Amino acid sequence: MEMKMKAGATTIKKKRYTGYFSDIKKNWQLYVMILLPLIYILVFKYYPMYGARIAFCDYIPQKGVAGSEWVGLKHFINFINSPQFFVLIKNTLTLSLYSLLLSIPFPILLALSLHYLINQRFKKVVQMSTYLPHFLSTVIIVSMLHLIFNTQSGVVNNILNAITGEKINFMSLSKYFRHMYVWSGVWQDVGWNSILYISALAGVDPQLHEAAIIDGAGKWRRIWHIDIASIMPTISIMIIMSMGSIISVGFDKSFLMQNPTNLDVSEILSTYEYKIGIGGGMPNYSYPAAIALMTSIVTFILICVTNKISKSLSETSLW
Amino acid sequence: MTVNKMKKTTGDRVFDVLNVSFATFVLLVMLYPIIIVISSSFSSPYALMAGKVWFLPVDVTLDGYKAIFGYKQIWTGMYNSFIYTVGGTAVNMIITVLAAYPLSRKDFTIRNGIALLFAFTMWFSGGLIPTYLLIKDLGLFNSRWVMIIPTALNVWNMIIVRTYFQSNISGELLESAQLDGCDDFKYLLKIAVPLAKPVLAVVALYYMSANWNTFMSAYLYLQKQSLHPIQVVLREILLIGSVERISTSATSDSNAQMMNELLKYSLVIVASLPMILVYPFVQKYFVQGIMVGAVKG
Repeated sequence: MEMKMKAGATTIKKKRYTGYFSDIKKNWQLYVMILLPLIYILVFKYYPMYGARIAFCDYIPQKGVAGSEWVGLKHFINFINSPQFFVLIKNTLTLSLYSLLLSIPFPILLALSLHYLINQRFKKVVQMSTYLPHFLSTVIIVSMLHLIFNTQSGVVNNILNAITGEKINFMSLSKYFRHMYVWSGVWQDVGWNSILYISALAGVDPQLHEAAIIDGAGKWRRIWHIDIASIMPTISIMIIMSMGSIISVGFDKSFLMQNPTNLDVSEILSTYEYKIGIGGGMPNYSYPAAIALMTSIVTFILICVTNKISKSLSETSLW
Repeated sequence: MTVNKMKKTTGDRVFDVLNVSFATFVLLVMLYPIIIVISSSFSSPYALMAGKVWFLPVDVTLDGYKAIFGYKQIWTGMYNSFIYTVGGTAVNMIITVLAAYPLSRKDFTIRNGIALLFAFTMWFSGGLIPTYLLIKDLGLFNSRWVMIIPTALNVWNMIIVRTYFQSNISGELLESAQLDGCDDFKYLLKIAVPLAKPVLAVVALYYMSANWNTFMSAYLYLQKQSLHPIQVVLREILLIGSVERISTSATSDSNAQMMNELLKYSLVIVASLPMILVYPFVQKYFVQGIMVGAVKG
């Protein structure tokens, strides 16, 4: 019995091998096409993952990884025990959760509003003007914040000055940093993020609405019971996707908005990695690499977990 | 929509009024920051500093734009960004199509494995330092190529194109082409790519805006000022505040300071202009493109 199974397994294996070979022969051009992208992915995405092993040693560039001393989890433990650990995690999570809290409901609200606008021309105008900021760079967004909120020529302070007689330096005070960061993000991406919901709303079965109208349901109730209920899968996909970035908040915006006075709240994991790694005078590679690796692993776990939860709750998932 | 033509209840009427007000409010909030920057950039520096500009330009001048015109670093930046954007987008599109097409073919035996290999990079990365060291080892420091090669492919965009190939180009088309002796390269160039024009336009726009807007890699890898793209120049002038170079043309110190302030507004407009100019031409494809991407690959 066992012998038979083994024999069977080898013939299947053989068949699969010859299958690959005949496939290469038949589809060799497809293999040629994928070659360049594959090399790109291996070199620029997978090699750095392999390179992340410097997190486990005291890497000295002149000696290479092999010549550097292997220290195991030293850098990871040092980071967790360092005074910065708590502050960095807190700053990073506050920014991302604050963003997430707003970046889920606002696009839905906008999409619903647009969906129920009767004047199609007006709808188009609103839509187009909400997409536009998405194409502005982070540098431009931060620059615009500086221009609008500065104390010399900024319009917000001019108006504030006319009303209260004082000016507030929004861009350098710690207590405003998070609000400036998050709300400018909402301004930039609310339109863009609403596109998916707009399309999902357009796909809602009109018969549901007709039946509800006959039953005497007004727009408020139809929005709640039909529209929101129907776009729930889209909402959960969006939540899963944003869960991934909850700890890996991007470098650019925080870095560009940083100044010496708001550093206590604007220093996040990615900017800290840069600063101690390559931004400072002495290059120090292993320690920031360990921080980055930890971030990556946590991100990956978060994506898997939210995906799983969403799968069991609503049968929608990324994979 | 027939639904809207039915008799309205009071609740619905209240809803419509509130909804139009809300949308109007959103429109104002979206446009005001842009309007105020544009208006300020055309105002006189005196009016600007006196806080007189709050909606429309006051004492219209082109002084801000004239100042930019004489600022060499800005032109170098625009020129560099233009090269990085055109070159980068061309490479992006080639690599994206080359990856997307084979992965869309159901008879490509290893496609599931390869697709996973690509997708995994969206969820896990080696981090800043190993990438930095790799770029260094490859000798890409202070080379224009660093703005093009390390970002040659965005996996998400590739999935969008792949999904489009898969769902919008029928298998029968391929079969009949193959019967006529058409090989895969010919099929890709002559049939698949032309048929995928709408999605390729969207993806090209995504890549273009990403390339034009890149800041971090330029900041990390390009030390030579002559290679800096406009985003790095912008940061230097607007956020670090190194504008002394133009002050020579102004008469007094306070004058110079006012001109510097005005220049910042004009500069934001000039630097975002390329994206804003392209925008109207591609916007009609947006929704289409983003929807294709939303379909699970």
